[in-house]
Amino acid sequence: MNLQKRILMLALMLMMSIATFAQEEGGNHAAAEGSGADFNAGPFIMNHIGDSYEWHIATFGDFHLSLPLPCILYSGQSGFHLFSSSNFHHGHAEYEGFKIGDNGKIVEVSTGERPWDFSITKNVVAMFFSMILICFMFIGMKKYYAKNVGKAPHGFYNALEIIVLFVRDDIAYASLGKKNGDKFMPFLMTVFFFIFINNLLGLIPIIPGGANLTGNIAVTCVLALFTFFITTFSGNKEYWQDIFWPHGVPLWLNCPPIIPIVELMGVFTKPIVLMVRLFANITAGHIIALSFYSLIFIFGAKSAGVGYGVAPVSVAFTIFMSVLELLVAFIQAYVFTLLSSIYFSMAIGGEHEEKAVEVAH
Amino acid sequence: MDLVIPDFGLLFWMVVSFSILLIILRKFAWKPLLKMLQDREDEIAKSLDSANEAKLQMEKLVSSNEAMMREARAEREAMLREAKDAKDKIVAEAQTAAKAEADKIILAARREIEAEKEAAKAELQSKVAELSVEIAEKILRRELSTETKQGEYVEDLVKNISLN
Repeated sequence: MNLQKRILMLALMLMMSIATFAQEEGGNHAAAEGSGADFNAGPFIMNHIGDSYEWHIATFGDFHLSLPLPCILYSGQSGFHLFSSSNFHHGHAEYEGFKIGDNGKIVEVSTGERPWDFSITKNVVAMFFSMILICFMFIGMKKYYAKNVGKAPHGFYNALEIIVLFVRDDIAYASLGKKNGDKFMPFLMTVFFFIFINNLLGLIPIIPGGANLTGNIAVTCVLALFTFFITTFSGNKEYWQDIFWPHGVPLWLNCPPIIPIVELMGVFTKPIVLMVRLFANITAGHIIALSFYSLIFIFGAKSAGVGYGVAPVSVAFTIFMSVLELLVAFIQAYVFTLLSSIYFSMAIGGEHEEKAVEVAH
Repeated sequence: MDLVIPDFGLLFWMVVSFSILLIILRKFAWKPLLKMLQDREDEIAKSLDSANEAKLQMEKLVSSNEAMMREARAEREAMLREAKDAKDKIVAEAQTAAKAEADKIILAARREIEAEKEAAKAELQSKVAELSVEIAEKILRRELSTETKQGEYVEDLVKNISLN
């Protein structure tokens, strides 16, 4: 435990020190976000909830403190490239034939097309960080439990255990039953804690939090794809029969395959809904919180006094939103995991099928 | 609209790293962790069961103990009562026996006394008769000249006789 804490601290400090090396004069570029008479909230918010090639930490006047991240690109013309994103000078320079385009993505200068972009972006770093954190948490928990067999857990692991037991008993066992629940448990646990911890990290405004990872459609898409593939590959005969030739449906609805088409669409809409729900909920929360902050600067641009006047209200609303987001962070992790486990239970049929369908509707 | 278009790079990294995360956690965290949790729950359930059983057994033991004690007490009382009865009986018997014996002894003694008395009486009678005869003989043997002398002599004799 102590060692892990130290390693985490070390990692954090290392990141911070890299960030200090990355300090550079912002120079002459106009501030896209911030001061000036025309504060534009839209790009400011989009910039914060979107991905980026550097991890922006703070801006002091014209000075940008940010952590540059590696860009890994493959271009059809010039092959592989690996360089630091600091070479772009916050999007104001070209490097090795690439530049940051208008939508904030790297494009080739010559053609304006996107290369194959494997860059370790802000979200990728946040993802790695959260995964390492999760590994430390739960492998540490396992070690702690292995060391303290027959004793009641204390402190942090005790708090974690409550959530672990909640996922096990109220999500997995509740919709899948004990035997099948155990089969899908590793995935359900991983998904739940990945979403939950990233939701929480997203609420922390400074590095290593603050990346809008679970509010990124690519991330939710992959999570939903996992659910989709597991559901599809564990589907048994009854599952496919219910899709292609459902019981208790009049022949004329089956023969021009109206119901089968609807059912087949359902197979794909379920994961899509999972993907969109998580993405939209988390992104919306971030947008609202940032909008309240933007109010300060929008009013501040009109007159400094009004800006200071609005600030307490905005801060109060943002705090309220943050508290709400804490709740949403848990609820969205819960909903994603619960619906996944319900889809699994539909796929494997059995005695829990009816109950699961009931909950799903 | 960039917001709703999945980024290829992030998709790629997410698929790769989430798979790795899944495999690592599955092997090193979830399976052993959940097994340990299950084991602990089983153990707690077992302990509770055995505690309950022990409690039941304890209760049974206590009640049987009480029954045994009650029984023992009753038995003791019965034994005491019996012993007392026996004692009383023995004492009473002894008393009757002793009384009977005493009566018998007294009776025998009385009878002997009676017999002795009879014998003494008879002896006395025969002695008196004998003495009378002897006296008469002595009187007769002596030459009794005078009436006065005779009378004096008889008187003398009679004086010497003591009735014993």
